Amino acid sequence: MKDEKSVGGGLMTEIYDSEQFLSALNNLADQIAQSIEKGQPIAIVGIRSRGDVLADRLAGLLKEKNIKIDHKGILDITLYRDDLDQKGGQARVQATEINFDITDCIIILVDDVLFTGRTVRAALDALVDLGRPRAIRLAVLVDRGGRELPIHADFVGLKLPSGESNKHVQVMLKETDGEDKIILQD
Amino acid sequence: MSARKKLAEKFSWTRKHLLGLEELSREEILHILNTADTFTDVSTRSIKKVPALRGRVVVNLFFEDSTRTRTSFSLAASRLSADVIEFSAKVSSISKGETLVDTARNIEAMGVDVIVIRHSAPGAPHYLARCVDVPIVNAGDGAHEHPTQALLDMFTIRQIKGRIDGLKVAIVGDIAHSRVARSNIWGLTKLGAKVIVVGPTTLVPSSMKAMGVEISHNLDEVLGEIDVINMLRVQRERITSNVFPSVEEYTRLFGLNAERMARAKKDLLVMHPGPINRGIELTSEVADGANSAILKQVTNGLAVRMAVLFLVNQAHQGSN
Repeated sequence: MKDEKSVGGGLMTEIYDSEQFLSALNNLADQIAQSIEKGQPIAIVGIRSRGDVLADRLAGLLKEKNIKIDHKGILDITLYRDDLDQKGGQARVQATEINFDITDCIIILVDDVLFTGRTVRAALDALVDLGRPRAIRLAVLVDRGGRELPIHADFVGLKLPSGESNKHVQVMLKETDGEDKIILQD
Repeated sequence: MSARKKLAEKFSWTRKHLLGLEELSREEILHILNTADTFTDVSTRSIKKVPALRGRVVVNLFFEDSTRTRTSFSLAASRLSADVIEFSAKVSSISKGETLVDTARNIEAMGVDVIVIRHSAPGAPHYLARCVDVPIVNAGDGAHEHPTQALLDMFTIRQIKGRIDGLKVAIVGDIAHSRVARSNIWGLTKLGAKVIVVGPTTLVPSSMKAMGVEISHNLDEVLGEIDVINMLRVQRERITSNVFPSVEEYTRLFGLNAERMARAKKDLLVMHPGPINRGIELTSEVADGANSAILKQVTNGLAVRMAVLFLVNQAHQGSN
């Protein structure tokens, strides 16, 4: 890990560079490839935003590992949030793009960072409104601790030590931010 | 990234009322249409509901008869998981301002979250918005505005034509007494369409020019150049009045039939706010023909009203 002092603020910033990022992503894909249930249609669904881009990347890696992904989808959870009241005019609804029947699929639900668990709670509600999947498995690139709900990831690319749970964690992606990296800030 | 997405990312909705399109900016109108886009698929899901307004109460406060607008608002609220209360109140006079406010305050005291109002008095929703704290949505106020109808019309045009900017849209009929026309004119001109209002001189006053539209008293003259035609409903109560020609004359001069369609652009989009007087403003052949978007308008109305209820409620909750 590289440590950098940010200019001016005096805040400690830690950065996982693109090599470390890719190793975490590969780690995640390996775990999924090893233990995902076979014999049912497999769908990979990313949570907006960034989870959708990560899901795309994961699908590519899984294909290389001979895991056939039958469906891809994007989930927007704005309408299922439990903090809509607090967000004022800020929450923007975007489309959920799941153009297949999720019933009886094994769904790999993908997000970038798992923190309080509230996003995943909303995503689970959104998914079951679309049908009855055989199972939903949760894959996250970074598990940073700090859960407020009893939610647990099945596959984790990078687990941060629990002492980091007060930090701000941001995942940057090549596709949306120009570079793959993970930033931790005090 | 598409221009639509870019706009969505920087824009923030802050209005807790939807009173009319006159006061909305182009960006605000586009934000409603873009939000409605995301609601169109809810109606196609196995569970046709999202929990965005769970635990909220929407009241339909209708002082005028309405079937489709009221049903559309009710269904939109249900699809957002809100509870819906229907409140009908027929008033014999439009001058019962005090009664209106008292009614609204009583309803507010019951703890409702959004009031959807239709009233025969222009400005009634605006007046209410000043008197009560809850969000007010205008479902038609006299001959003034009917914003959700115009929004669903614009949504339908954009859905089918792919754009609004640069299109020529004719609105045909009793423009002077039409809230649908007025809201459409405000909205369409803000989004860059060219609007031509068409009808007999008694129903299309030249003062409409001030709203930035072109005026025509001859449908056949403009028929060949328009991309969209919105046929207003002939109000039966006006037929007997002296400003209205006979039904036969109106239909002959301003009715849309197969013969006129043959002289129009091939992809002329035919719209109507409903309910249709078949054989008067539109023949059945045209109303049910390939160019007609009339039922699509109804379907889209649901998504547009969901978007409006969602946005005003969110702005209100955020401001508390």
